[in-house]
Amino acid sequence: MVDNTWFNRMANSTRLIAENLACERGGRVVFSNCSFELHAGEMMEVRGRNGAGKSSLLRLLAGLNTPAEGRIELENGKVNTSLAEQSHYIGHAEANKPALTVAQNLKFWAAFLEGTLTDVAFETFNLSKLKNDQALLLSAGQKRRLALARLIIAERLVWLLDEPTTGLDATSLVALQTVINRHLHAGGMVIAATHGDIGILAARHLQLGGVS
Amino acid sequence: MQQFANPTQFLKIANVVIPWTWIMTALLFAVGLYGALVTSPADYQQGETVRIIYVHVPAASLALIIYIAMAIFSAIAIIFRHPLADAAAKSAAPIGAVYCFLALATGSFWGKPMWGTWWVWDARLTSMFVLMLLYLGYIAVWHSIDEPHRAAAIARIVAIVGAINVPIVKFSVDWWNTLHQPASIIKLGGPSIDPSMLWPLLTMMTAYGFLFLTLHLTSVRSEIAARKLRQARLQDIGAADGL
Amino acid sequence: MLALIARDIALARSQGGGLGAALGFILSVLVLVPLALGPDQALLQRLAPGIMWLSLLLSVLLTADRMFQQDYEDGSLDVMMMGHLPFEVVTLTKALAHWLTVSLPLAVIAPPLGLMLNLDIRQLPLLGLSMIAGSLALTMVASIGGAVTAGLRRGGLLSSLLILPLYVPVLIFGVAVTTSGTGADHSIPALTVLLAIAVISVVIAPWASAAALKAYLR
Repeated sequence: MVDNTWFNRMANSTRLIAENLACERGGRVVFSNCSFELHAGEMMEVRGRNGAGKSSLLRLLAGLNTPAEGRIELENGKVNTSLAEQSHYIGHAEANKPALTVAQNLKFWAAFLEGTLTDVAFETFNLSKLKNDQALLLSAGQKRRLALARLIIAERLVWLLDEPTTGLDATSLVALQTVINRHLHAGGMVIAATHGDIGILAARHLQLGGVS
Repeated sequence: MQQFANPTQFLKIANVVIPWTWIMTALLFAVGLYGALVTSPADYQQGETVRIIYVHVPAASLALIIYIAMAIFSAIAIIFRHPLADAAAKSAAPIGAVYCFLALATGSFWGKPMWGTWWVWDARLTSMFVLMLLYLGYIAVWHSIDEPHRAAAIARIVAIVGAINVPIVKFSVDWWNTLHQPASIIKLGGPSIDPSMLWPLLTMMTAYGFLFLTLHLTSVRSEIAARKLRQARLQDIGAADGL
Repeated sequence: MLALIARDIALARSQGGGLGAALGFILSVLVLVPLALGPDQALLQRLAPGIMWLSLLLSVLLTADRMFQQDYEDGSLDVMMMGHLPFEVVTLTKALAHWLTVSLPLAVIAPPLGLMLNLDIRQLPLLGLSMIAGSLALTMVASIGGAVTAGLRRGGLLSSLLILPLYVPVLIFGVAVTTSGTGADHSIPALTVLLAIAVISVVIAPWASAAALKAYLR
């Protein structure tokens, strides 16, 4: 989490390039001709009306879907590693197991994502007290914080966040801002789809579909 | 291959070919049925009942061939992402299922005078029955999944897994059959066939093949039309929200 | 991979549903069979291995149905697909976890229950052996059904329709291990084929499940 991440050592030469992306879902073109470029240490805000394809774009970048057209390329990333493997994706579905405790959930993801689980992960999003509670007992905001804690336990270059602020209270929002700022400072990249305001000055903006 | 990749190109060719395959189908059926019902002899053991094989055997063989073709179309869809392959597989299934049903029904009709019951769990009939279930499952996939791209992707896997299963089922059912009854009963379509029976049989088989071809081309053609219609409707929905 | 197995086992233990419900299912079949066919001891003895196999097969089918559904709905599969593990390994691992938590225990527990159907006690070891060998194939094949219907609200019927024809070989050879009865002449080859089917299913099922799930994740 601190400044000695591998992507920080890469002298900030990493770039994420998307060229003429088109996304198709159910035979319908959700968006097309979507191009952008993102440099190390930058955040991009993705905006657009409902159905403009914000989530679809994030899923494309996460490798969960393949673009109908265009290309996505990560320059100077880790060698022999796909963009998906170098990314975190926090979507609407939070990938928490209700039957497991907070600690068990994070422990599993730490192992699966080849990260390390330290107390920092719990403290950052104020989950320390909830450690041994089953995830099904958590409120919506707490569940979201549990999902966001994945950002801490494993180091990833690109963070793909779909409406990350949903359900967060003021304190948690500040925690998220801090974490994002630190990640950008370390040379990471963030792509966030949002309707509201995350409270961080984004270097780039992407508007999908017409202005609403 | 690439020539047919374009749906418009396919439509052009299909429109020209379909009338001719109809004519071929009618001719072959006329000749085949004449051979089957008039010129070929009755069996010394089975009597006139033997004539059922001219309906039964081609239906059964084609049902199997069509399923394999379906799996090949599905593999083509996966490997080459050919735009028509899914439509081809989807359109083949109902025809194959009907052939399969025809084979089962005629097998049952044949069984009544031969075995004394409408249904015997004979190895071939049992394998055919399982094939029928595979067809029904494949068709059900298309009907259960609303989103066509997703349905196509899932249906491909179902078809291929089913095709892998076919020889295993055949092997195991044969094995099961020998375990439960000595192979002394009369088989539908024995190993040695007299030429006077062979040519009508082969003609009927070709006729079934052409009938399949005709129906299949027609069905793929309407599948393309349905796709276009859908596309247009989706465009309208997009326009409604001010795209 | 180990972490995933451990998680799924922990989940199975805390939710408990799978194995318990499946055992209950087998027991209910055991009650219904004599009620349907009559309590004739000789008849039941002859049918016992087949009925035990049918109930094992159906109970595995019913529990494996939801193998991927929860992980699909709560987004876990999204994250798993992005990891360094090939997605086929993920599906294989989840199927193995199901085998360890449900099918294998069932295959061990079910044969003695056959005694309630007047199962010949000398057939017990063979029945157990065949069920243990067959349970892996049953789970693997069922995982395909679970993956193919992962995103459907009511996928149970469809996945049964898809899976039952695939179960035909497993059932035939599984039952053959015991019914050939008179000598060991058929048992060994049948058992070998059963293991071969298990191997084939271990190769094909993870690929098929992964491909089907990817279609849902898009």
